[in-house]
Amino acid sequence: MRQLAPSPQAEAAVLREPLWRIRWKLALRGLAQNWAVFRESRVGMLGVYILAFFGIFGALWPIMINTVWDPAIYNPVLGFDPMLAHPSPPSPAHFLGTDPIGRDILAQLMFSTSREFLLGVLSALVSVVIGTVVGAVAAYYGGFTDTFFMRTADIIMLFPFIPLLVVVGSMVRLTFFPFAIVLGLLEGFGSITIILKAQALSVNVRPYVDAARVAGGSSFHIIRAHIIPNVLPLSFLYMMFNVTTAILSEATLSFFGVLNIDMSWGMMIHTADVAGYLLDFGKYWWLWLPSGLAITLFCAAFYMIGRGLDEVVNPRLRKR
Amino acid sequence: MRRYLLSRLGQVILTLFIYITIVYFLMQAMPGDITQMYLANPKIPQAAREELKKRLGLDQNIFMQYLSYVKNFLRGEMGVSFTRYPRPVWDILMERLPRTFVLFLTAHALSFYVGYLWGRIIAWRRGGVVDYAATVVGITFWTAFYPLLSLILIWIFAYSLKLLPLNQFIEPKLWQAAPFSTNAVFGRMVFGGGALAIGLFLVFYLFLRGLRRTRRALVYSGLSASTLVLVAIGAAWRAGMLVYMWDIVSHMVLPVCTLTLISFAGTMLLMRDSMLETVQEDYVMAARAKGLPDSIVRDRYAARTALLPTVTSLVLSLASSMSGGLVTETMFSWPGLGQLLFESALANDYPLATGALAFTGVFLLVAHFVADILYAVLDPRITYTGQPAAEG
Repeated sequence: MRQLAPSPQAEAAVLREPLWRIRWKLALRGLAQNWAVFRESRVGMLGVYILAFFGIFGALWPIMINTVWDPAIYNPVLGFDPMLAHPSPPSPAHFLGTDPIGRDILAQLMFSTSREFLLGVLSALVSVVIGTVVGAVAAYYGGFTDTFFMRTADIIMLFPFIPLLVVVGSMVRLTFFPFAIVLGLLEGFGSITIILKAQALSVNVRPYVDAARVAGGSSFHIIRAHIIPNVLPLSFLYMMFNVTTAILSEATLSFFGVLNIDMSWGMMIHTADVAGYLLDFGKYWWLWLPSGLAITLFCAAFYMIGRGLDEVVNPRLRKR
Repeated sequence: MRRYLLSRLGQVILTLFIYITIVYFLMQAMPGDITQMYLANPKIPQAAREELKKRLGLDQNIFMQYLSYVKNFLRGEMGVSFTRYPRPVWDILMERLPRTFVLFLTAHALSFYVGYLWGRIIAWRRGGVVDYAATVVGITFWTAFYPLLSLILIWIFAYSLKLLPLNQFIEPKLWQAAPFSTNAVFGRMVFGGGALAIGLFLVFYLFLRGLRRTRRALVYSGLSASTLVLVAIGAAWRAGMLVYMWDIVSHMVLPVCTLTLISFAGTMLLMRDSMLETVQEDYVMAARAKGLPDSIVRDRYAARTALLPTVTSLVLSLASSMSGGLVTETMFSWPGLGQLLFESALANDYPLATGALAFTGVFLLVAHFVADILYAVLDPRITYTGQPAAEG
């Protein structure tokens, strides 16, 4: 073979670009195509717009506290404005008024935004990573592994989440990060495993998995290189839905005062509730409306993006 | 089929044991458990403490304690509540369970029906304004902050407009002179309502089933349905319970509506997705081609097939609705299991909290099992234990 001079055509067909760059380009092209499908979903785009708004809103916080606002007054947890009687209605100094302990509502709202992002995404990430790996492993090995994880998921789905967390939380006050992790674990081993396992199972019977096995690929290689990448789109979709669940759970538990979190949207309503201002609803609207609206819109945004992604991931839902 | 159900029953019982075990050890792992509540009291001398410990069986090792707990649980003895001393836990749970059950069954059925109705409409008009608007509104309610939404609804309908009673289960003033106990009235109401529902279902099944929806059938069904309702109301009136029943019902309206608002979107979106698949099927095309009106093609052809996956979701949404149940019951002061669980957990009433948590699980397990049976009956295509349906 060596002696044969390569023909000019073969020379041209040899790719000069490194492999990673080709993969990168392919990934970009796939992303662009998916984005084009996603853009057609009006609901999904609405979610993106709302989320973009919250992104800007949250990013304003460090700027505002470092330049415009006095940290002593506008600190979301310890701030106090000595010039007003609290809770004060919206005024030029406090655009959304102050809460019963004299803290600025707008500052609290901005401060909490990035933390809600973190909480939701962290807990959803934990749940999706667990769900994907466990689902892929259960689908690949089958048998006892499969039965074990599926029955575990059944039991976890049986647990009523919020009552359970209320019971746990009323005895051990959970802080921010443990709470996010616990929530992620409960979600991850629960329903999401079952859904992702079903997807992994359908991947597992494809010819290319058999081909990889015949070619001598190890179990680890097949799971990593073939099954997981094909489950990932669906995982990503469920991640969006799980963000919604996580944030709503946090807000609800904060509202009932069973979490040890210093500031969040749920805590803001909890503060108003404990001080008794929710009894006169219409008069003290600024105590509950901004945070309540923020929770609802933020969760709805993630859910809408999930719906939009659904049309990308599930070809049967596409119009074409 | 029978084999499938038996194996499923076995699984349910096994799961129940695991669940009870987890609940038990969860409660044991909590700081400040029952032993300390009794033993840390300085007024009780050492000898009395030891005596108490022995009598409560706390001197045995944890495994023996667990065994006796399971034994007592199966016999329905779950101890005595701390906060509602000396009422036994079982007694309290038995009073609360039907209240939760009725509230959730009503809300679930209503939200399922609303979701089903809207789901098939928006799937039919895919991409239109109705689709977009209903999806956005539905998602907004679906992800709405529960407690706040219920507060807003209470404020609007009960506080400002005074249309509906404010919270609680009954109106205490009305019941002071009542010759019946609440439980008696509520029990009759549940049974009467159940019988009425079955009767109405039979009427609709007899007259409005299938494709023959003639005017005559409509008249017959309308007549017999109204007779049934009148008979039921008359019976309640004869027993002198009508006022009291109406009181309970009017207290139920707001929680049921809130639950429906929150959860109808789940069914609606699922119904939409599953409809989108069925409208592309050939038989739907054939039905349209032979000139049937759109509404008939939609309701009788496409929607029926699309209903199946939606029924599955009914099972899965039970657990989440029980979770939401705690919130709803607490916000509306509805004396059900969820509120009981919340109160007892906050008050460190361990026997009651354990009982309530275990019971919520039992409730869900039974519901899962019933739904499994229902699903098995509904869909003949499902194969059990890997065998073809014809054999199983």
